[in-house]
Amino acid sequence: MSDEINYRKVIAVALADAMREDDSVLLLGEDVGAAGGAFKTTAGLFEEFGARRVRDTPISEQAIVGAAIGSALCGLRPVAEIMFADFAGVCFDQIANQLAKYRYMTAGQAHLPVTIRMANGAGAGFAAQHSQAAENWFLSIPGLKIAVPATVPDLYLLLRAAIRDNDPVLVFEHKNLFALKGPIPRDAEPLRLGVADVVRRGSDVTIVATQQMRHRSVEAAELLAQDGIEVTVIDPRTLIPFDDEAVRASLEQTARLMVVQETVQAGSWGASLIARMVQHHFELFDAPPMLISTPDTPAPYAASLEREWLPSVDDIRISARDLVNW
Amino acid sequence: MTISMEATASLDQGPPDDAVDLLAMMLRIRMFEDKVMDLFSQNLVRGSTHLCQGQEAVTVGVCSTLRPVDTMTCTYRGHGAVIAKGAALDACFGELLGRVGGLCRGKGGSMHFADFSVGAIGSNAIVGAHLPITVGAALASSYVGDDRVAVSFFGDGATNIGAFHEALNLAAIWKLPAVFVIENNQYGEYSPLRATTPIDRLARRADSYGIPGVLVDGNDVAAVRSVAQSAVQRARAGDGPTLIEADTYRQVGHSRSDPATYRPAGELDRWLAKDPILLLEQSMLARWSEADLDAVRQAAQHDVDVALETALAMPEPPLDELAKDVWA
Ligand SMILES: Cc1ncc(C[n+]2csc(CCOP(=O)(O)OP(=O)(O)O)c2C)c(N)n1
Ligand SMILES: [Mg+2]
Repeated sequence: MSDEINYRKVIAVALADAMREDDSVLLLGEDVGAAGGAFKTTAGLFEEFGARRVRDTPISEQAIVGAAIGSALCGLRPVAEIMFADFAGVCFDQIANQLAKYRYMTAGQAHLPVTIRMANGAGAGFAAQHSQAAENWFLSIPGLKIAVPATVPDLYLLLRAAIRDNDPVLVFEHKNLFALKGPIPRDAEPLRLGVADVVRRGSDVTIVATQQMRHRSVEAAELLAQDGIEVTVIDPRTLIPFDDEAVRASLEQTARLMVVQETVQAGSWGASLIARMVQHHFELFDAPPMLISTPDTPAPYAASLEREWLPSVDDIRISARDLVNW
Repeated sequence: MTISMEATASLDQGPPDDAVDLLAMMLRIRMFEDKVMDLFSQNLVRGSTHLCQGQEAVTVGVCSTLRPVDTMTCTYRGHGAVIAKGAALDACFGELLGRVGGLCRGKGGSMHFADFSVGAIGSNAIVGAHLPITVGAALASSYVGDDRVAVSFFGDGATNIGAFHEALNLAAIWKLPAVFVIENNQYGEYSPLRATTPIDRLARRADSYGIPGVLVDGNDVAAVRSVAQSAVQRARAGDGPTLIEADTYRQVGHSRSDPATYRPAGELDRWLAKDPILLLEQSMLARWSEADLDAVRQAAQHDVDVALETALAMPEPPLDELAKDVWA
């Protein structure tokens, strides 16, 4: 456990471990092979596993996802890379109408052990078509699991779990976390999809956040602690399935819920979580739930605008204080 | 670059030795589809349905070259392809009627027949979407090094959707064991091919991928089979995919509600004179008697009638089916 590695590099470590364990695991995507990936997240894999298992594709997102689906129907366990999550738009049919529904429409005649990895999120100045937190696009399509790792060990464990899973899993790798460091949890128990991480515990307010927003929430919580406000931060780690129970249990203590997300409110996981909590656990609330989101605009380019667009540590800190004082 | 492959057989040279089997399969499909039309008018089929009368020689000819382990994908107009691949008629009817004994326990319906046990790995209702999936099936064969071939049937209209291009291009550069079969029935939904497509022979599109493109009379089951055989052999030998254009005709409307009034006068009659079942029967008379053919017809009708009766007796899915099969 002593080896520290960054979020970018742990991806290839997880993929290599999965490929050594199971010969039916193969990678496909644009420049994932000899070039090591547009973000260098597959560096070294081509050298170890060769062109049969690490396959460079043309710029053909529909064919990448479709080939993953077809090969999974025939017994393989493919990992497809969509370079930027935004590009899921050009293969939306393959993900939404094919991958998600194939098992149901055929009454379980086939498994779909497909993992799709996509680079996600804002904060690095990639502008509107390369910065979306696209996981929200897939929330309303039954049949897809969604993983949103925020730390190095979670990324390792979630990728391993996604590849072992017999259902399709979309794994969103946050671009603005690539430099984050952490240990490789090779000796840890395998992670089950759908188990939240309670990052810190406090009795005044529950903040639920993923990826970049999880880290900002923890920072805000530490500042609030200096003022005597004790915050629980929960990282659900997967959006489907979602660990509602972890949030409910925390609400029993705090009676106050805030969700922080890197996307607009409409059709978001945060809005859905709040709806479920209010619907089923109304009696637990001492204050209205709060949803911190981005403004209803595309992601802007300029540093000043993007900084303004993303929920900041200060936004979270001030809102949490308001919520506690409600 | 393009290797030209010509049909090495045709019904003009006399009937194939297994003509009885081919005829039986084509008749079963024809009679199945005719029954579906009846069931439709009785309101026993929900949503829409797309029939393939007139196109039977394409799927039967191609599938007669395949083994159960070879995979096949097709379109919402896929009853014929799935039956030709070997699915049981009663389970097909059951699916159409939304019964628990259907191929997909009533969850797929007319547009989603699938029977993995015979290699029918999916009928797709999104035009062209199954072509990339076929590439994946072929990739699996090439990856594990077995000799399975992946075949896909799709319409003339599907050659204008992006998935067609992406799929053929990827299959070609990876030299995958795939066979792409265009069922050129001359129309998309209601638009004739020339209104949507700037070239008249779709097989020429193979040139862009450096793979063979073959045009075949899709109403001549022997000719279809011979080009399919070459394409399948080529695939198994590791030489890559082939694009086959089978020229045929949809004798009925696009779907339930289409009377097909857009067809020019006389067009249907010209194609009915080249009906694939008629052509096969005519050629068979050189070796079989009219009574022999009649026996095949009666047996096929019997099979279809019994299958429908069986399916009508199947119960509807129990309500707990609703939540099953979303997840593994
Ligand atoms: C992506 C997509 N666009 C449009 C449709 C609606 N649609 C269903 S069938 C069809 C015509 C397809 O024509 P063709 O590919 O020639 O196949 P055919 O129906 O003639 O067998 C259309 C446009 C669809 N199902 N999917
Ligand atoms: Mg057509």
